[in-house]
Amino acid sequence: MAVVELPRRDDAVEHDHVSALRFITCGSVDDGKSTLIGRLLVDSKAVLQDQLAGVQRSGETDLALLTDGLTAEREQGITIDVAYRYFATPARKFIIGDAPGHEQYTRNMVTAASSADAAVVLVDATKLQWQNPGLELLPQTRRHSLLVNLLRVPSIVFTVNKLDAVEDPTVAFNNIQGALVRFAQAAGIEVRAIVPISALKGDNVVEATPGWAGYQGPSLLQLLEQLDVTACEAGEAFAFPVQWVEKFSSSSDTKQGRRVFWGRVAAGGAKAGQQVQVMPSGQTAVIAQVLNHARKPGDVPPGHSAGIVLDREVDVSRGDWLLAPGAHQATRELSATIAWMDDEPLVAGRAYWALHGHRWVKAKVKRIVHKLDIHTLAEADADHLEPNSIGHVDLALQEALPLEPFARSRQLGSLVLVDTASHKTSGAVLVR
Amino acid sequence: MNARVEPQLLVPLSNRHLDALEEEAIFILREVAGAFERPTLLFSGGKDSLVLLKLAEKAFGVGRIPYPLLMIDTGHNFREVTDFRDYRAKQLEAELIVRSVEDSMKRGTVRLSRPDESRNVHQSVTLLEAIEEFRFDALIGGARRDEEKARAKERIFSHRDSFGQWQPKAQRPELWTLFNTRLQPGEHFRVFPISNWTELDVWQYIEREAIELPSIYYAHERQVVDRRGLLVPVTELTPPKAGETVETRTVRFRTVGDITCTCPVASTAANAAQVVVETLTVDVSERGATRMDDKTSDASMEKRKKDGYF
Repeated sequence: MAVVELPRRDDAVEHDHVSALRFITCGSVDDGKSTLIGRLLVDSKAVLQDQLAGVQRSGETDLALLTDGLTAEREQGITIDVAYRYFATPARKFIIGDAPGHEQYTRNMVTAASSADAAVVLVDATKLQWQNPGLELLPQTRRHSLLVNLLRVPSIVFTVNKLDAVEDPTVAFNNIQGALVRFAQAAGIEVRAIVPISALKGDNVVEATPGWAGYQGPSLLQLLEQLDVTACEAGEAFAFPVQWVEKFSSSSDTKQGRRVFWGRVAAGGAKAGQQVQVMPSGQTAVIAQVLNHARKPGDVPPGHSAGIVLDREVDVSRGDWLLAPGAHQATRELSATIAWMDDEPLVAGRAYWALHGHRWVKAKVKRIVHKLDIHTLAEADADHLEPNSIGHVDLALQEALPLEPFARSRQLGSLVLVDTASHKTSGAVLVR
Repeated sequence: MNARVEPQLLVPLSNRHLDALEEEAIFILREVAGAFERPTLLFSGGKDSLVLLKLAEKAFGVGRIPYPLLMIDTGHNFREVTDFRDYRAKQLEAELIVRSVEDSMKRGTVRLSRPDESRNVHQSVTLLEAIEEFRFDALIGGARRDEEKARAKERIFSHRDSFGQWQPKAQRPELWTLFNTRLQPGEHFRVFPISNWTELDVWQYIEREAIELPSIYYAHERQVVDRRGLLVPVTELTPPKAGETVETRTVRFRTVGDITCTCPVASTAANAAQVVVETLTVDVSERGATRMDDKTSDASMEKRKKDGYF
């Protein structure tokens, strides 16, 4: 290989989408998610020879085998847990979370969705009454769409797959598109695009197939190259959960006795000179210095890690919050939407551990207000929530926390519930 | 299939995505410092663990890494790598704990089925013994999801039971950055701050941060035999078999581990920038090109992880 000098950072072309896009694929079992990812990886040349050789089955390439890495998955031919895959095109880098379709493994799909910038929901045309303009979608399509919308995944793209296997792709795409639009409107889901594809044959996956199934738009990959990554919530009052307290016995870069409070800025920005109040102690101080994640001084915007040095000695430990004084009301009562992920049902009256920022508190389920029927989107009475269901609950907290609606702040508005006996992560809590 | 991406991709890719990866990793390193009582960072002197150590240096500063470094020594390591491990630990004023498979063999807890067997898999026993000895509750490692299919499935905070076993079907959901670090007595976590990095990201970061590496990562002349397409290094532990021809080739290591199962690749890349370019154009994966022990079965890594392997 000839000696090649790398381009220096200053010479690098500025690009609108330099940051990697994290997207997930979801939808019902056998809708072709693993095959779609295999297709994206193979057609974008991200699969290496030895990996491709490992997925030959009786002389044919089985694209799904590229991602189903667990023995049980290969035995059963299903995806159990999220597989993360990495590939790049000339336009940007991608991190794919290949989420399982089985209802039983919805918790793993929620895991993948919580960090995603985009969700690609697959719909299998061959499983639907595609000839019928008033056709119904499958329950898992609805469940996954509701979940990604609930988790505020910024971009939702529907793909109608296996259109190569139906008699009239144009009619099928048209009718399924109609059903998706009706469902999305009823559920309040904003859809970025609906793309007809064949994961198996490759139509509209990497390259666009103009006119196929009556569709003239970009391919799925072309769309993904253009999507925005999750924006940070700016413009809110400062809120900062303390992740780790760094103490100095003696140091050159910080005065003796000072401490640095590290964490990820949840809202507002971290700026020197700003007044803060410590929760729960109530003490106040002024930010003397802000360090970025790699210890360089300078302001830090929301969503990023910062080290904060205060102007005076105050009692602050991991789990505490630094807040703009008076801006965030701490509360012990909350109303929340909950996605239940444990095999044990959520029971009204029971106490769980709750994690918010870096603080653990006990949380008691006061009342299940209703659970959501994913077929009709109707709200039904319930005294418990089954695994993989979505409901609306009232919780009481052992200690007050600075909560905001999840719709306004991902970090202030999210908690997880952990079973006190099994220590399993049981519920995703989104403050209403 | 030839080159997977062209070197001109380096321009639009730039290095800026590394900032997000770096920040995520540092956040995780600090989370471990805050959430656990007795964490440790696994440090072999290999490139991924040197990247981890660089990230820890940024997270905590020289002389302030709040957990010891742990090395499980198979006794089959490349000298250049263990020397480098000691040099770097000293430079960062970090505490280095070394526990060896040889000692486990003396205790009788590791039994080899034949003397020249790879000791790679037996590291698990020594590792679990070290976890018990020091009562570690979190072990930070430099494993990446792009290395292998079972790894691609693993959480960043990966729960292990009291036998050190990974239970892939019962992984805890991992939402946002709310990491459930609750443990029962005897259990621990394996934590992977660079999960989302690829081999290319690691090399781009090594280049950007000018991270020093053991010399065997760059092109050098070495005696090897060509064994079924793998270049097997000729060492005391891996002598040529009858009928094999020893040749001197210009090679570098893409990964280093136990000498008995780690192979170099033919390469003239003499610095990190050249390795980045080479990594962009290779058509065999890191493990596929270099590891003799992963090919026995498609599920060998998963099986080993279930037995407590990293």
